[in-house]
Amino acid sequence: MQEFFNSLFWTDYGLPGLIMVGQIGAMIGVVVFAVAYLTYAERKVLGAMQRRQGPMTVGPFGLLQPIADGVKLLSKETIIPSQANKPIFILAPIMLFTLALVAWAVIPVNYKWVIADINVGVLYLFAISSMGVYGIIMAGWASNSKYAFLGAMRSASQMVSYEVSMGLVIVTVLLCVGSLNLTDVVMADRPFWVQIMLLPMLVVFLVSILAETNRAPFDLPEGESELSGGFMVEYSAMTYALFFLGEYANMILMSAMTTILFLGGWLPPFGIEALAFVPGIIWFVLKICAVLFFFIWTRATFPRYRYDQLMRLGWKVFLPFSLLWVVVVAGVLLTFDALP
Amino acid sequence: MLETIAFYLFATVLTLSALRVITARNPVHSVLFLILAFFNAAGLFVLLGAEFVAMILVIVYVGAVAVLFLFVVMMLDINFVEMRKGATRYMPLGVLLGGVLLTELTMLFGAWKFSPQIAQNAASPTPAIDSVENTHAIGAILYTDYVFIFQVSGLVLLVAMIGAIVLTHRVRAGVRHQKVSDQVNRKISDSMDIQSIKPGSGA
Repeated sequence: MQEFFNSLFWTDYGLPGLIMVGQIGAMIGVVVFAVAYLTYAERKVLGAMQRRQGPMTVGPFGLLQPIADGVKLLSKETIIPSQANKPIFILAPIMLFTLALVAWAVIPVNYKWVIADINVGVLYLFAISSMGVYGIIMAGWASNSKYAFLGAMRSASQMVSYEVSMGLVIVTVLLCVGSLNLTDVVMADRPFWVQIMLLPMLVVFLVSILAETNRAPFDLPEGESELSGGFMVEYSAMTYALFFLGEYANMILMSAMTTILFLGGWLPPFGIEALAFVPGIIWFVLKICAVLFFFIWTRATFPRYRYDQLMRLGWKVFLPFSLLWVVVVAGVLLTFDALP
Repeated sequence: MLETIAFYLFATVLTLSALRVITARNPVHSVLFLILAFFNAAGLFVLLGAEFVAMILVIVYVGAVAVLFLFVVMMLDINFVEMRKGATRYMPLGVLLGGVLLTELTMLFGAWKFSPQIAQNAASPTPAIDSVENTHAIGAILYTDYVFIFQVSGLVLLVAMIGAIVLTHRVRAGVRHQKVSDQVNRKISDSMDIQSIKPGSGA
């Protein structure tokens, strides 16, 4: 036994592998727990905004509601339509949920607290989030239903459209920090006027992530009033639960991305030194919660956009504006010799 | 050892899925296998230490190009029996075209010459892979030595895009568009007139 622990196989592959699996398990556990309680938080916040109480019956203040929902969904029967394309029908929700979890590999939750500290972290995040559309398209096509198909079509064009302006927003932030590594993005020395210059981009980004995660007021792919559930109309039980969890995991992921790119990650807000005694991870979680509150707040406030209005906003307002702003920011940085 | 295993895994899946792209009966399955192939190619790039190229491959090809492929292919209403009927009829033509292309490529490869500029660029020292990130390295070379080619390829793409729009754009008469500026500029006085009416007199 002792010999095994000293062997090259153990020190080179076994131990690092075990540590990695442990880190991945911890990250997934935290994210899934957060997803479960995000659904609870959403119902509570929506309830409060509409002068209701929200879930109250299961456990104290309804705190066990997400667990009850999970058990209910797990114990139901998964119905697969007879005309559906079975492998793709089942693969779609799995893919959506997996992609939402895979992206967390590069998210630094505190200084050097990250599973994979890769050089192109920002690009990795962007690549994974741009693949999220496949889960939805595959679901819509494989269901062999008109409603699901229409929902998938809407989702595909919507996500592709808003990705363009999201890409340009990310380019602007990268111009100010000069690195694709997410830890460097947070730790970069950003003067106050640079932050002010990035403020319009934060607005574009916040609206784009609403569209990217198919959340209200851009939840046309679901569109329960005209598509009766959109791309997930044929899904039930566990397959439906995976879609649901994937959507919320994506929300948390996008909030983490906003936090890292714009809100300074795990650093105390506004660079106040006196608040530095609070552990970085607490700031990180608080900032994510603030962005998540924004998600729920928008849902409670705005009616759904019409489809042509959504396309107009993406292509005729955000795209020209963010393109212009990339040039402006680059020009200003170059003029004042502030390029990193 | 781990890298070798990863290489063979990616390479095997890549080759098999590339094969399935052309053998799958359902075109949607073909596109999905194409996406799998792109993804595995990105994995191979990561193994080479070219993480920037890998990520760009996923963002551009998987995230944008293949989405549009899938979009178009899913909307096709294809009768598979009908499609397979024609396959044997057009086989000789297909083989002929493939043969011509292969011959052309072989001839081109035989007559390949490097420009003196390339030789000069290739002779310039390449920094070690751990001393400079490959994002920085690509940026440094793309915007200096190859800036002209880079700009020209951008222009070519722009022309292609404008061409596609010009070819497909049609102005339909009698379509009412929403004019947001008109709606925003509307005032209460444009549509409403407030009158005070005395009781008992009527409007």
